[in-house]
Amino acid sequence: MTNTELNSNLSNSSTKPGFNFAYLDEQTKRSIRRAILKAVAIPGHQIPFSSREMPMSYGWGTGGIQVTASVIGKEDTLKVIDQGADDTTNAVNIRRFFKKVCGVNTTEKTSEATLIQTRHRIPETPLIEGQTIVYQVPMPEPLFVIEPSRTEAAKMHALEEYGSMYVKLYEDITNFGHIATAYDYPVMVNQRYLMKPSPIPRFDNPKMNNNPALQLFGAGREKRIYAVPPYTQVKSLDFEDYPFTIEKWDEKACEFCGSTDSYLDEVVIDNEGTRMWICSDTDYCNGQLTMDN
Amino acid sequence: MESLLNIDRLTKTYGSLKACNNITFDLYPGQVLGIIGESGSGKSTLLNCIGDSLEIDAGEVTYTNSNNETLNIKQIPESKHRKLTKTEWGFVQQNPHDGLRMNVTAGANIAERLLNVGIRHYGNIREEAKYWLEQVEIDTNRIDDFPHTFSGGMQQRLQLARVLVTKPRLIFMDEPTGGLDVSVQARLLDLLRSLVRNLNLSVILVTHDIGVVRLLAHRLLVMKKGQIVESGLTDRVLDDPQHSYTQQLVSATLIP
Repeated sequence: MTNTELNSNLSNSSTKPGFNFAYLDEQTKRSIRRAILKAVAIPGHQIPFSSREMPMSYGWGTGGIQVTASVIGKEDTLKVIDQGADDTTNAVNIRRFFKKVCGVNTTEKTSEATLIQTRHRIPETPLIEGQTIVYQVPMPEPLFVIEPSRTEAAKMHALEEYGSMYVKLYEDITNFGHIATAYDYPVMVNQRYLMKPSPIPRFDNPKMNNNPALQLFGAGREKRIYAVPPYTQVKSLDFEDYPFTIEKWDEKACEFCGSTDSYLDEVVIDNEGTRMWICSDTDYCNGQLTMDN
Repeated sequence: MESLLNIDRLTKTYGSLKACNNITFDLYPGQVLGIIGESGSGKSTLLNCIGDSLEIDAGEVTYTNSNNETLNIKQIPESKHRKLTKTEWGFVQQNPHDGLRMNVTAGANIAERLLNVGIRHYGNIREEAKYWLEQVEIDTNRIDDFPHTFSGGMQQRLQLARVLVTKPRLIFMDEPTGGLDVSVQARLLDLLRSLVRNLNLSVILVTHDIGVVRLLAHRLLVMKKGQIVESGLTDRVLDDPQHSYTQQLVSATLIP
């Protein structure tokens, strides 16, 4: 990431002419990196940054793309996933965008990537030291559901007043008999800051805990960056008598690779409503298939 | 007996207007202090200066907490002040919308105060919520209903349950019976009176209704234009008013 920064503003033969390396100008990338450094120093704390207009609309990953653009170097190998898949519109377009403006290598293999931009999933293949994962965040403020005022929410973060957040979990148990929050499940980072993990399924929450990779979060419209440094404790909120659990698909396995321990998507395949269950992580699914053969 | 709360020369101005001018009084454990006066006399401002985080211009507010520490309320860190308001203190608002979360169930409203003090056992929280609903005479079957489905009187009682669950020592009430019809008012007052006695609560009660203070308050302050014009035992002040304003106030009360 860093050793190529010196000449990163020189354009590369394979990139589109007229664009700076990674689209953003160097000063912007610097300011975003400053925000990222601050975020890494205070795990889970939201740092404001001057979010730029990107050539895509808000809600499509403008925050994640700016973070990626600020940390990407020529040596990086980029992987982009959307709901676990490498071949969906959002993933394909963001990957092509970076190919165009950086000329970096891209991959679909989690193990080969040094930088992974993701929307709504953490890859099934465990991340390793030296990898960086960038999450696209629509709404960074976990307290928003309980406290609409930003000023008041900031105060609650500062004073560690997170009791009210449990009101939502209380209501879940009251209405459904269990904590029904399935995605964007709030977590405590490093026993200090309450954080929204972006809309990943709660199945992925345990993967964030003590993860060897650097986890960066970018919210473009809300203009916030936050981070979880490697090997940081991330704990999902729960009650003593209703402990945190992950989703289970009893007796179901992926139709393609037969995996029973990955996150499964339910796909309706005909007009009769027949369903099949497949891995949401396409790279992992392919990997399982080749291992079987 | 040591006083629980001590207000010394409290002054609050809005520009040139003195909303509270040199207010001094003491509140003792188990005492109900009524503050009456006409609209705009500064009684709600006074309550917010003491019980909420409204800045004051001069004077001191001292509170003795459950550990017998004397706290200068306007100088302690904000975190400590907010903690007080969520544990040892409680605020019952005139409008239940200000004191309750209307978009979560009655149970969650009570639970929030317990969650704020770090209790994380759902079963226990629920038992506690049910207990306090019973204490304020709300059917425990209504625990999972939203406050907006409650009647005005029930909403006020729910506010009370929400506050009482952390076993506060001091409760601030701003016109708790405002907007309720007479029979509902009587029931709420009756409940308040027994709770105050059984739980040994100290209360500062702001109202413009002389009937309410007559029933509830041990002592009475009469405010006019930001100043205390008369104070004393409730019955003494109401039966033998000394200040001309109190005399007017008492004589203006309709007796059916």
